Amino acid sequence: MMYNNEHFEPVITPNVDKPNCETIEFYIQHENGYKALEKALKMKPAEVVDEVKKSNLRGRGGAGFPTGMKWSFMPANPVDANGNPKPKYLVCNADEGEPGTFKDRLIFTKTPHRMIEGMIIAGHAISSNKGFIYIRGEWFKEARLMQKAIDDAYAKGFLGKNILGSGFNYDLVIYKGAGAYICGEETALLNSLEGKRGEPRLKPPFPAQVGAYGMPSCVNNVETFAAVPYIIEKGWEKYAKMGTERSGGTRMIGVSGHVNKPGVYELPMNLSINDIIEIAGGMKGGKLKAVIPGGASAPMLRADECNVLTDYDSLAKAGTMAGSGGLIVMNDTVNIVEATYTLLKFYEHESCGQCSQCREGSHWLARMFKRILDGGGTQDDLDYIAKICGNMAGQTICAFADAVTGPALSSVRKFREEFEEMVMKGGLKGIGRTESVSHKMVGAHV
Amino acid sequence: MALSEKIKNTINGIRHQFPTEQALLLPTLHEVQNEKGWVSMDSMRDIGEFLNLPLSKVREVASFYTMYKLEPQGKVDVQICTNISCWLNGADKLVSCASKKLGIHAGETTADGKFTLSQVECLAACGTAPAMMINEDYHENLTEESLIKILDQAKSDLDAGKVVGKDTRKDGVWP
Repeated sequence: MMYNNEHFEPVITPNVDKPNCETIEFYIQHENGYKALEKALKMKPAEVVDEVKKSNLRGRGGAGFPTGMKWSFMPANPVDANGNPKPKYLVCNADEGEPGTFKDRLIFTKTPHRMIEGMIIAGHAISSNKGFIYIRGEWFKEARLMQKAIDDAYAKGFLGKNILGSGFNYDLVIYKGAGAYICGEETALLNSLEGKRGEPRLKPPFPAQVGAYGMPSCVNNVETFAAVPYIIEKGWEKYAKMGTERSGGTRMIGVSGHVNKPGVYELPMNLSINDIIEIAGGMKGGKLKAVIPGGASAPMLRADECNVLTDYDSLAKAGTMAGSGGLIVMNDTVNIVEATYTLLKFYEHESCGQCSQCREGSHWLARMFKRILDGGGTQDDLDYIAKICGNMAGQTICAFADAVTGPALSSVRKFREEFEEMVMKGGLKGIGRTESVSHKMVGAHV
Repeated sequence: MALSEKIKNTINGIRHQFPTEQALLLPTLHEVQNEKGWVSMDSMRDIGEFLNLPLSKVREVASFYTMYKLEPQGKVDVQICTNISCWLNGADKLVSCASKKLGIHAGETTADGKFTLSQVECLAACGTAPAMMINEDYHENLTEESLIKILDQAKSDLDAGKVVGKDTRKDGVWP
């Protein structure tokens, strides 16, 4: 239905519903697997970077930075103080942990070779010989599946020394996180990869100069790498045409919450939020009330604002963001104060504690929301929330503090009457708790 | 005392993959956690000795990440996700259901040391919410009925001496 884009075809998920789709045999036989690698290895690294630049691929981890440009920041021949060449590292950010976001897990379990192939091509493009895949620690099964995929790729000669007779060497190593949302932030991830606390680093120096283990490094998201083989195989034009003027390709959108068919959908970017809810089986248990369009940290939209397109620029214009593609749908049984408190508890728990604005601000906000829910809130609190947020956003080493203010500010601004009512009626007790939709789930897309 | 030979072998086997000794700290902590169920002060001292790191470094890292438990845990670690997508689909009810079933609050361990119940923040399984982890295994699309069934199964497996919730675990292999 309404995939209203004549150029659209699934780039990453054409076969994820087929049996054995995660195996290397399937990938080679049915998806032209590792043909793009063969082609890329015949191209010069700069040509590969150029192809990706022209495709308008933007980082799928959340920030949406142009991928080809990020690759081109890598120094050509870095040397240390003694003039000896330094290694360059490529890092895959697979620390998916933002509430509402669950697309990378699908790639890991259903089409790991697409990501591996993309990573080897990227390694060639930035002339690196080693890549690290940083996986969130809770993914025991996923990490083992990925290790199996890597082993199979070695066995077939797509990894290791002199790949496909090209003279290019590439090694991939898995590294497991240990439960810290902040490690999805690229510099925190690098610290964690070095065996340290996952605390974000000040920038500059940027990872392209001083990254993993002090060496020039490039960090990309799982989905970003998984899009690369298609671009190389079919050419940048085809990929770019599927998207909008400033962002090419498709997006993996994870739809969750009150819809009939939650799951991961690969979609063109010229669909509105309303279209996507429709694709995910429509609303469940009530009318649409609010949507968080890009994972927990994206500001909320009211139902009447959901006619917006889901590409990076349209969502930015609507005062929110495309983020990591996690669309959280809430129906009108939801109490927005309670929903926001659920998110703030998460941020309170996950702040790394390095910057006081974030450490104290996130605790403060969570406590204020709790007080409002418990019946101790005042009208002044509602203005105070905005003040606290103003002192957090943009004032810290990383964007975590901004992420906390996303749900806090947007919910107070857009549903202020609900907050005022709660303050007046003495909290949740006076209003009634959110009625959870706890019946049997309808079969998810994946 | 000292780390087991198995852990040392595993870590020595991956040593060549990383440019620094400290990079091995997270993997070693994972192995200790897997073998002993938690990371004690003594284990941290042993890890420091093994990796040539001061105890303070080991401790600051071990206490930063939520997966490393600094106190003994139940044999079956039940972690129910209560963040937004799971919450929208009734995770609160699941927590109280599990709490009633096990006779403990979230954050506690049963007196017989068999079960620990906790609430966790996002398992990246929002499309199949509500979700939980039992040791290393995910359980998704939960209902109160399926939750009770899974807990009963875990209990009978445990009583029969089986390993619970480590379906895909291959011993001594990182990851």
